[in-house]
Amino acid sequence: MVWDWIPRNTDLIVRLLGVHTLLALIPVVIGLVIAVPLGWLASRNPGLRSVLIPAASVLYTIPSLAVFIVLPAVLGTQILDPLNVVVALTIYTVALLVRSVSDALAAVPALVVAAATAMGYKPGRRFVSVELPLAVPVLVAGLRVAAVSNISLVSVGALIGVGGLGQLFTEGYQRDFPTEILTGIVLIVALALVVDGLLVLAGRFATPWTRMGVGV
Amino acid sequence: MSLLFSYLFDAANWSGPTGIPARIGEHLFYSLLALALGAVIAIPLGALIGHTQKGGFLVVGIANGMRALPELGLLTLLVLLMGIDLLPVTIALAVLAVPPLLAGTYSGVRNVDRGAVDAARGMGMREWQILTKVELPNALPLLLGGLRAAALQVIATAAVAAYVSFGGLGRLLIDGLKSLDYSQMAAGAILVALLALAVEGLLALVQRAVVSPGLRGGGKRSPTAEITRSTTPEQIPEPAGATP
Repeated sequence: MVWDWIPRNTDLIVRLLGVHTLLALIPVVIGLVIAVPLGWLASRNPGLRSVLIPAASVLYTIPSLAVFIVLPAVLGTQILDPLNVVVALTIYTVALLVRSVSDALAAVPALVVAAATAMGYKPGRRFVSVELPLAVPVLVAGLRVAAVSNISLVSVGALIGVGGLGQLFTEGYQRDFPTEILTGIVLIVALALVVDGLLVLAGRFATPWTRMGVGV
Repeated sequence: MSLLFSYLFDAANWSGPTGIPARIGEHLFYSLLALALGAVIAIPLGALIGHTQKGGFLVVGIANGMRALPELGLLTLLVLLMGIDLLPVTIALAVLAVPPLLAGTYSGVRNVDRGAVDAARGMGMREWQILTKVELPNALPLLLGGLRAAALQVIATAAVAAYVSFGGLGRLLIDGLKSLDYSQMAAGAILVALLALAVEGLLALVQRAVVSPGLRGGGKRSPTAEITRSTTPEQIPEPAGATP
C-alpha cells in the first residue's frame, strides 16, 4: 500500500466522491417520486398489483452492467452519458420501492382511514396527511435498501466510463495499484453508512409518534 | 431491432470454446462455486444465531454492511492481491450470496413455532436434533427463499468476472463494449437475465419439491403469514437482484 497517494490526490478523490453521491442519490429521489403514485395505485387495485409487483422483480434481475450498456441504444444517448447510469438506477429504485409503498399503504389500518374519512378528509388530503405518514417506516426501510445498493452499484458504471469512485477501481486495476482500489471501497462503504444513518434519522424525525409509546 | 439480435441469432456464435453455450457453462460454474462458499458460511451461522436466539442484530448488521461493499472494487482488489485465479473471483461473488442466505436462514429458524420446538425438547431431543429435525425443515421456505435471492444476485453479478479476464457471459458485455458491438452486448445482457430467471424458476420448483406439504397449506399458520407478522422489513430476505 502506498498511503501517501491519498493526500496527493485529494482533489480527484473529493471530486469523484461528489459525482458518486449525485449519481447514486438523484435516482433515489426520482425513484421515490415515481414509486409513490405507482405503489398507491397498486395498493388500490389488486389486478394492477398482480402485474406491477412481478414486473418489478423481473426488472430487478437484469444485471446493472447490462442495463448501463443497453440503455444508450434504447435512449439514444452517448455511451459515456451519465444519464445512462441515472436512468438505470432510477429503474432499480422504482422496482424496489413500488413494492415497499404498496405494502406499506396496504398495511395502514382500515379503521384509521375510516376515521379520517369520517372527520371529513377528502381522499387526496387523507392520503397526504394520514396514509402516507403512517407508511413512512416501511418506506424508509425500502429507501435505505435502495440508497445503499445504488451507492454500491454506481461503481459498476466505471466499466462504461461513468462510475464516480468506481473510476478508482478500473484505474487501480489497470495500474496494478491496490491502494487506489482500497480507497474507493472504503469511501463507498463510508458513504453508504452515512446516507443510511441520515435516512434512519429522517425517518425518526418524520414519525415523532413512534417515540411517544402511543400505539398507532 | 434486428441488428440488436444479430449476434444472438448467428449460428457461428453458438459453438466452440468461446461460443455462447461454453460461456453459459463458465458463468454457471463461477456462480455455483460462489453460492457453495456463501452457503457454507451463511447457513450454519444463520442457523446458530436463529437457534440460540442470540445475536440477531449481527445478522442485520452483517447483511446491511455487506450489501454496501462495491463488487467491482472487491473483485479488482482481490485479483491484484491474490493473482488471476478462481479463488478471488469466488470470494468476491460469495460476498453477495452471504447476506440473503444469512437473513433467510436466520429468520426461517427464528420463526419456527416455539411450541413445536418446546415439544421436541420435551420429547427428549437434543439441541442438535431439534435444529436438524425440527427447526431447519420448518425453516426451509425462508431458507430457500434466501438461496433464490442469492442465486439471482450472484448470477447477475458474475458478469463482472469478465473484467478481470475470466470467461462467462460477461465476456460478451466486455468484448462487445471494447469493439462497440451493440448486438454482442445485447446478447450478453439478454442471456444473463434469462439465465438468472431460469435458475430462479428451477429453484422455485426445487423449493416446491423439498418443502414439507404441511408448511405449504393456506392455513392461518402459512410461512408467509409468519414472515409478515414477526420480522421487521430489514430481516426479510432482501429482494432478489440489483447487482453489478
